[in-house]
Amino acid sequence: MKLARGPLPRWAEILLLPLINIALAFLVVGIIVRIIGVDPFHALDRLVLGAVGSPESIGYTLYYATNFIFTGLAVAVAFHGGLFNIGGEGQAYIGGLGCGLAILALDRYLPGWLMAPIAIAAAALFGAAWAAVPAWLQAWRGSHIVITTIMFNFVASALMVYLLVNVLIAPGSMTPQSRNFEPSGELPALPGSALNLSILLALACCVLMWLFLWHTRWGYALRAMGHNPEAAHYAGTDLKRMTLLGMCLSGALAGFVGVNELMGVHHRIVLDFPAGYGFAGIAVALMGRNHPVGVVLAALLFGALQQGGAELAFDEPRITREMVVVIQGLVILFSGALEHLPRPWLAVLLPRRG
Amino acid sequence: MDDLAAIVFLTAAATLRTATPLILCAMGGLFSEKSGIVDVGLEGKMLMAAFFGASAAALTGSAWWGVAAAIGAAEIMALLHGFACITYRGNQVVSGVALNILAAGLTVVLGNAWFHQGGQTPPLEQAGSRMLPIFFPHAGDNILVYAALASVPFTWWLIARTRFGLRLRAVGEMPLAVDAAGVSVSWLRYRAVLLCGFFAGLAGAYLSIAQNAGFSRDMTAGQGFIALAAIIFGKWQPFPAFGACLIFGLLDAVAIRLQGVRVPGVGEVPVQFIQALPYLLTMFLLAGFIGRAVAPKAIGVPYEKEH
Repeated sequence: MKLARGPLPRWAEILLLPLINIALAFLVVGIIVRIIGVDPFHALDRLVLGAVGSPESIGYTLYYATNFIFTGLAVAVAFHGGLFNIGGEGQAYIGGLGCGLAILALDRYLPGWLMAPIAIAAAALFGAAWAAVPAWLQAWRGSHIVITTIMFNFVASALMVYLLVNVLIAPGSMTPQSRNFEPSGELPALPGSALNLSILLALACCVLMWLFLWHTRWGYALRAMGHNPEAAHYAGTDLKRMTLLGMCLSGALAGFVGVNELMGVHHRIVLDFPAGYGFAGIAVALMGRNHPVGVVLAALLFGALQQGGAELAFDEPRITREMVVVIQGLVILFSGALEHLPRPWLAVLLPRRG
Repeated sequence: MDDLAAIVFLTAAATLRTATPLILCAMGGLFSEKSGIVDVGLEGKMLMAAFFGASAAALTGSAWWGVAAAIGAAEIMALLHGFACITYRGNQVVSGVALNILAAGLTVVLGNAWFHQGGQTPPLEQAGSRMLPIFFPHAGDNILVYAALASVPFTWWLIARTRFGLRLRAVGEMPLAVDAAGVSVSWLRYRAVLLCGFFAGLAGAYLSIAQNAGFSRDMTAGQGFIALAAIIFGKWQPFPAFGACLIFGLLDAVAIRLQGVRVPGVGEVPVQFIQALPYLLTMFLLAGFIGRAVAPKAIGVPYEKEH
């Protein structure tokens, strides 16, 4: 098959192509729902109602979206530097560890307004440190970041199980989890839902990332490295330091999932709280075209899917919550790996420029 | 003395049991990676194969139909990967990640819809619906274990001693030269990806209808990634990769035995540390602290034919 690769008009590149890709993903989802024996339109109806039908469900949608913003931004900022960070899962886990350790150490002595910034900084620091090792291994030792970040997810998981089972477990507890945080280690949440102040942190991160990427020297250098490493190197960018910087930012952003989950909801360190958000961040970043505004929109959609999907699974026993995971996989497939799929047809249908 | 012999035999058997899916997966992954197609999707292929294998075995009561379904499922995943990476020149890592996530979700969704057991398949209790040990009832030496052992020399022979293998290696190092010689790069890579699917399918079948009696959610538990680590650890060579699989299998077997045991001079070794060792060792290798692992040159790069 011959694939035309002519440039499409700009509006088609930015809007039409991504929309068609996502539509294709959802078309496949509809077919799967049909195969299971559920009417896709009925399912969609329940899903939308479950996601935005009441103030509580909107709260949950926004709470899930907060996690997706963090991991989506994390993947996007690394993408801008040409780095593919698949380690969001582990970085979120270790970021949560940092957040939790800071609170467990200090929550009895500090008031909430002082505890929160320290815990947030600790989450960023731990997440960044967990990403810094693969970055260092790539920049200075030549091992590929994709492989090392995957491996670090497993190492993080093993480390957390060890710490929670043997070290951090609350005295007398049967389940591997730490003691409860004191009130100063909790973020204020909306009554009746899991939505908490972390969402403001997430939105602040979006603005800061936009400023960083498009309005600072380092952000420019990072994007230059992503576009053309040789040219960036020739222009005087230190690629090694940029790799380290990009990955540390990425890891810090992923680490904030720990803030939303532990400070906002669980109020203690628990097992497996990243629950796939790190991987979902890849879908969010691809769908949001690596732009903060796109990431927020994609995160809202995935948050709504997560919340609506849970409600749908409750109503409709033939569908489980994992349907959302299927959707994430298909979105990554169609907007990532198969993003050029509709291009030949679009090139035929649309008038060429010039 | 008999005790020692028994321990050695049992440990060796346990090692082989845990290494079998790793070996099959690693041999499959080798074909793909040698041809220049990165495969981080081994995990997803194996999971899909395990699910469809167990489903078919449960429905037909025949382990052989299970194996066939497992291979079929893995091949469909492999073709999707090939379609995205070879035909559409998409990002190979993105495609692999997508397939992993898709498999993690789809197996549970379909399993729940078909069997109503929270994503599990019905236990394989009928005679003939599982692969059973052949010679040693307690060692678990079913036919897929022997298939895994045979797959290693087969892979070596195919890659090192046949014309197909020569071209496969060439296409992973320098596709332009292969293209210039008038051999289709795409067709070679598709065949490599299909071979990969075949072996990953066997690995999945082993998990759900030989080692265990049915599918349970996320039952691959990272073994696809350990196989990937073994490929790298074995420097993209069949026999060294096989050795890495055995080491990782031994670590796993030892981890279970060491649980709660105090090692003189060290104290109690955390099981989690031993579980993380394959990844840590591979990273040490990748970092150049133990020899050097050099990937095929054109790996991960879509081939664009010039017009």
